[in-house]
Amino acid sequence: MASLSRETLLNIFLTIGMLALPFVATAIDEPFYITLATRVAILGLAGVGLNLALGTGGLVSFGHAAFFGLGGYAAGILASHALNYTPIMESPFLIEGTNQMLIIWLVAIIVSGIGAYLIGLLSLRTSGVYFIMITLAFAQMIYYFAISWPAYGGEDGLSIYVRNAFPGVNTLDPQGFYFICFALLMAGIWLSATLKNSRFGAALQSARQNEERLSAVGVKPFNIKLTAFVISGMMTGLAGALFADLNRFVSPSMLSWHMSGEIMILVILGGVGRLYGPLAGAIIYIIFEFIFGGMTEHWQFFLGLVLLGVVLFARGGVIGLIAGRARHD
Amino acid sequence: MTNPILEIKNLNKSFGALKATDDVSITLNAGEIHALIGPNGAGKSTLIKQICGGLSSDSGSVIFNGQDLAGLDVAERAQLGLGRTFQISSVIMEFSALRNVMLAVQANAGTSYRFFKNVRTDKKLVDRAMAILARVELEGRADVSAAELSHGERRQLEIALALALEPKAFLLDEPMAGMGPEGSKRLISFLDGLRKEAPILLIEHDMDAVFSLADRISVLVYGRVVASGTVDEIRNNPAVREAYLGETA
Ligand SMILES: Nc1ncnc2c1ncn2[C@@H]1O[C@H](COP(=O)(O)OP(=O)(O)O)[C@@H](O)[C@H]1O
Ligand SMILES: [Mg+2]
Repeated sequence: MASLSRETLLNIFLTIGMLALPFVATAIDEPFYITLATRVAILGLAGVGLNLALGTGGLVSFGHAAFFGLGGYAAGILASHALNYTPIMESPFLIEGTNQMLIIWLVAIIVSGIGAYLIGLLSLRTSGVYFIMITLAFAQMIYYFAISWPAYGGEDGLSIYVRNAFPGVNTLDPQGFYFICFALLMAGIWLSATLKNSRFGAALQSARQNEERLSAVGVKPFNIKLTAFVISGMMTGLAGALFADLNRFVSPSMLSWHMSGEIMILVILGGVGRLYGPLAGAIIYIIFEFIFGGMTEHWQFFLGLVLLGVVLFARGGVIGLIAGRARHD
Repeated sequence: MTNPILEIKNLNKSFGALKATDDVSITLNAGEIHALIGPNGAGKSTLIKQICGGLSSDSGSVIFNGQDLAGLDVAERAQLGLGRTFQISSVIMEFSALRNVMLAVQANAGTSYRFFKNVRTDKKLVDRAMAILARVELEGRADVSAAELSHGERRQLEIALALALEPKAFLLDEPMAGMGPEGSKRLISFLDGLRKEAPILLIEHDMDAVFSLADRISVLVYGRVVASGTVDEIRNNPAVREAYLGETA
C-alpha cells in the first residue's frame, strides 16, 4: 500500500475486469454481455469527457448530449452517404461519405469540438444555475433541429446498415468492436489524467476553485474553461460516434436532455472528478438497466434512489465510497 | 523627477449613493513604499480593485509604466506586472502551498496551455516555486494544502504568489492583518528590502509598520485623499490626527 493508493488498486481492478469481460462472456456463452460491456465503455468515454468539464473544471454542463449526438450524426451521415454512393456535397468542393472509423472519428471530434466551442463561447460567461440552463437550452435546440431536418431521417433517425470499418479489425465481431471501444475509453482516461496533471490542468482546477486568484496571477479563467469545454465535448463526441456504430442507428434521442442527464448521472454515481468515476458509474448504470430494466419499465426510479443516496451520503460516488476521499496535493 | 511607475489620475467610483473613490490621484515611484492608510470603509480595497481591473471605474485613469490600463482585464493587468495580494487571503484551497506558487510561476511564464507534462516532475517549475516559498519562509510547509495552513501562513503564501509574478509594482492589501507580532516584524523587514525589486503600494492598519516602512503616506477618508506626505508630515498633520489617528490611537 505504500506506493499504490486504494484508488489506484481499484482502477487497476476495473481495467482488468473490463479486459477480461469479453473472454468470460464468450466462455459462459453469453455474447450479449459483450454488447453490454461495449455500452459501458462508450458511455464511460462520454462520461470521461463530461468529467473533465464537470469534475476538473467545475462546469456543470447539462448539454453534453449535444456533443454525443453531433458525434453520432457525424458517423451516421458519413456512413449513409458511403452506403448510398452519394456525396455529402459537391460544391464548392466534393465531400464524400466514408465507412472508415478513423476518418469518422476525426470528423466527429472536429464537429463536436466546433459545437462545444460555439456553445462554450456563449454559455461560459454565465455560471451556476444559469450555465446549467443555457447548456441545456443549446442542446435542446440542436435536438429540435435534428427532429425537423428530414434529409437525415428527422424524428425517425438514420440507420447505419453495416458497421463501419477499422483497419485490421473485424468490427462486425462483437469482441473486435468492444476492444476498439475499450481502447478508446482507456485513451480517454489517460488523456484526462494527463491533462489534470499538466500546467493546463492546474489552471483548470484553479478556475473551478478560485477564478479571482487565477486571474490575479494573469491567466484568463474564461479561456481556460473554454479550452477544457472543447476537449470535453470532443471526447463525448467521439463516444457518440462509437454509440452510433454500436447501435447501427442514430436518432435525435442521442441529443435529448435525457441523454445529457444519463451521462451526468453516471459521472455522479461513479464519482465526480475521479479518474475512473465515469467507468464505475457506467458499469452501475448498465447493470441497473440490465437487471431492473427486465423487471420493470420504471427501473430508472431505482436508479434515482441510488443517485439520491450517492448525492446525500457519498459525495465521491462509488469510487469515493470504496477508495476514500480524493487526495490533493 | 522621474516618471512614476504607477499613476492614478482622478479616479472615481460610486456604489449607488456611496462615493467609495472620490477623485483620487496618487503615484507610485520606483524604489518606494507608498502607504495608503485610512479607517475601515474608506475605500482602500476598492481603489486596489480599480487599479487591478476587478472593478471598473466611473471615471479617471490608471497609467502603468506609461500605458493606460483602460479596457484591460485583471489577467492582462497582472501580465503587465501588477502583483497584488488580497485583504482576505485568496488562494487555491485544494492545492498545496507549493502547487499554489507553481501556478503563479507557470502563469508568469505564460505556459498555462501546456497539456502533457506532469507538473509534479517538472523540476524547473518545482525548483522555482520552492525558491519563492523559501523567501517567505514557507518552504517547510510546501506540501501542506492551503486549506490546512494557518491564517498567518496563508498571508505569507499570498506574498509568495505575488513574488512569483516578478511584478513591476506590488499592491499589498493589509498584508499583516492577523499575522501576529512576530510574523509582522519579519514581514516588515522583508518588505523593507522588497521595495528595491519593485515599488509597493501598501495598505496597512498597523501604524508601527507604516511609520517604519513608508517613504510616503496618503490618507484616505470617505474615498478622498485628505492628506499626503512624508511620515513626519502625516504624523504631525492635525487633520489626519483628528480624522484618523485620533480615533485609533
Ligand atoms: N461591491 C460593493 N458594492 C457596494 N458597496 C461596496 C462594494 N465594495 C465596497 N463597498 C463599500 O465601499 C466602501 C469602501 O469599502 P472598502 O474599499 O472595502 O474599504 P476599506 O478597504 O478602506 O476598508 C465601504 O463603505 C463598502 O461598504
Ligand atoms: Mg479593505
